[in-house]
Amino acid sequence: MDDRHRVTVTVNGAQFQQTVEPRLLLSDFLRHDLGLTGTHVGCEHGVCGACTVLFDGQPVRSCLMFAVQADGHEITTVEGLGTMDQLHPLQEAFRDAHGLQCGFCTPGILLTLIPFLEDNPNPSELEIREAISGNLCRCTGYQHIVDAVQLAAQRTSA
Amino acid sequence: MLARPGLPQFEYVRATTSVGVHDLLSTANARLLMGGTDLFTQMRDGVWRPRVVVDVKHIPGMQDITMDPGGLTVGAAVTMNQLARHPAVQRLYPALAQAASSVGSFQLRNRATLGGNLCNASPCADTAPAVAALEAILVLSGPAGQRETPFYDFVLGPGRTVVGTDEFLIGIRFPAQPAGSAGCYLKLGRSRMGDLSVVGVAVVAFRDLAARSGYRFRLALGSVAPVALRVPAAESLLAAEPPHETNLAAAADLAMHAAVPISDVRATAIYQTLMVRTLTLRALESAWAQLQGAGR
Ligand SMILES: Cc1cc2nc3c(=O)[nH]c(=O)nc-3n(C[C@H](O)[C@H](O)[C@H](O)COP(=O)(O)OP(=O)(O)OC[C@H]3O[C@@H](n4cnc5c(N)ncnc54)[C@H](O)[C@@H]3O)c2cc1C
Ligand code: FES
Ligand code: FES
Repeated sequence: MDDRHRVTVTVNGAQFQQTVEPRLLLSDFLRHDLGLTGTHVGCEHGVCGACTVLFDGQPVRSCLMFAVQADGHEITTVEGLGTMDQLHPLQEAFRDAHGLQCGFCTPGILLTLIPFLEDNPNPSELEIREAISGNLCRCTGYQHIVDAVQLAAQRTSA
Repeated sequence: MLARPGLPQFEYVRATTSVGVHDLLSTANARLLMGGTDLFTQMRDGVWRPRVVVDVKHIPGMQDITMDPGGLTVGAAVTMNQLARHPAVQRLYPALAQAASSVGSFQLRNRATLGGNLCNASPCADTAPAVAALEAILVLSGPAGQRETPFYDFVLGPGRTVVGTDEFLIGIRFPAQPAGSAGCYLKLGRSRMGDLSVVGVAVVAFRDLAARSGYRFRLALGSVAPVALRVPAAESLLAAEPPHETNLAAAADLAMHAAVPISDVRATAIYQTLMVRTLTLRALESAWAQLQGAGR
């Protein structure tokens, strides 16, 4: 059975037309077909949050979706946030507050936080911890991540 | 480029009408898909090897929340986050809103649906106790039309429901709640957020002049039996005698004795049993405080 689908997906503002097998995960589509390896894959069971992307503006697990389901939708990956010379303010705050060590969890955490900060520009520590409770980080112990989010919030409101 | 080996091949059908879906379900080795948060892990672990995956969440009505004098109707594919942030659901069906917001993580709740949670029929499904306490009716679509089944008949055991091979769930109807109803869902997991429940307790309470005590409590437990468990003995006690400290504690004891948990990776049976009493007491006290607040 070769049942391929033609999909049109907008990723970081650019439109892509590809032919995909139904069983292709959205995470693998982004990494292998589009070469956007900033989307990391940890558990592939929906637990760790490393693969989080924005799907029509909302954070979702890209390892729990098929690429065919993205047909006609908009996706933002970490590559869509900032560039090497011009980091996104949240990325800058992560750098300044040491919100990452190995960086494996970072793309997923950034994408989880972008819509969160839009809805809650001045979150409390508990709200921040709640917001990232679906993202596992093995390095930082989360404290510096919380600091980074607070720093970003401060800078935006200043 | 080819998919990495991992998932076997299948065909994907995105249904935009229920026409044809029943035939497909009865003729092919098919699996229904909504949020996919259960189906994905099950397919990856080899539990299901469907030939066809039928995505039914784009059928009209499946993602709608509607309120009318008869109550609340939730499309089967409404997500947990949609439910949790819906003002009327929060106000009139707090147990449901709280149960929905307790599922997994924020990203998961953007995909995970109420219908998927109920159809997956896990003993630790967080919305099951709330749906049981709210006495919801499930609406199934089949080749001969729609049929309705109360939730207490719906789940047969872990992973098993009354949904026929040619049927699918389209919606969940919650009867209108009496004015001033109270409710809550309390969940105990291994961590405070983002884990499956070790014990879940849903309580719904309202004034009822037909009850001798003047109040009616509905109590349902999750994760401590093969299916979500109502506790009629505790409910009768609180309908007979006005709730006060000793009565609420006695009802919590009855709940503890009704629970039949098994030890698993998350908790031992004895711990779960004891926690049923603790959580039930807290949930009853919270609902009782809400009722007294509303009466003032
Ligand atoms: C990391 C992680 C954490 C989780 N945490 C929790 C938690 O805290 N609490 C909790 O309760 N659950 C949890 N879950 C389980 C899961 O997210 C929920 O059960 C969710 O609500 C399932 O909904 P879905 O739409 O994703 O279902 P799907 O995966 O789309 O479907 C679930 C099952 O129902 C069948 N089905 C789908 N649609 C229909 C239909 N219309 N009619 C009949 N059958 C249908 C499918 O074939 C499948 O067998 C977790 C899962 C993961 C991966
Ligand atoms: S890789 Fe998707 S949640 Fe872990
Ligand atoms: S920085 Fe290493 S996992 Fe988070």
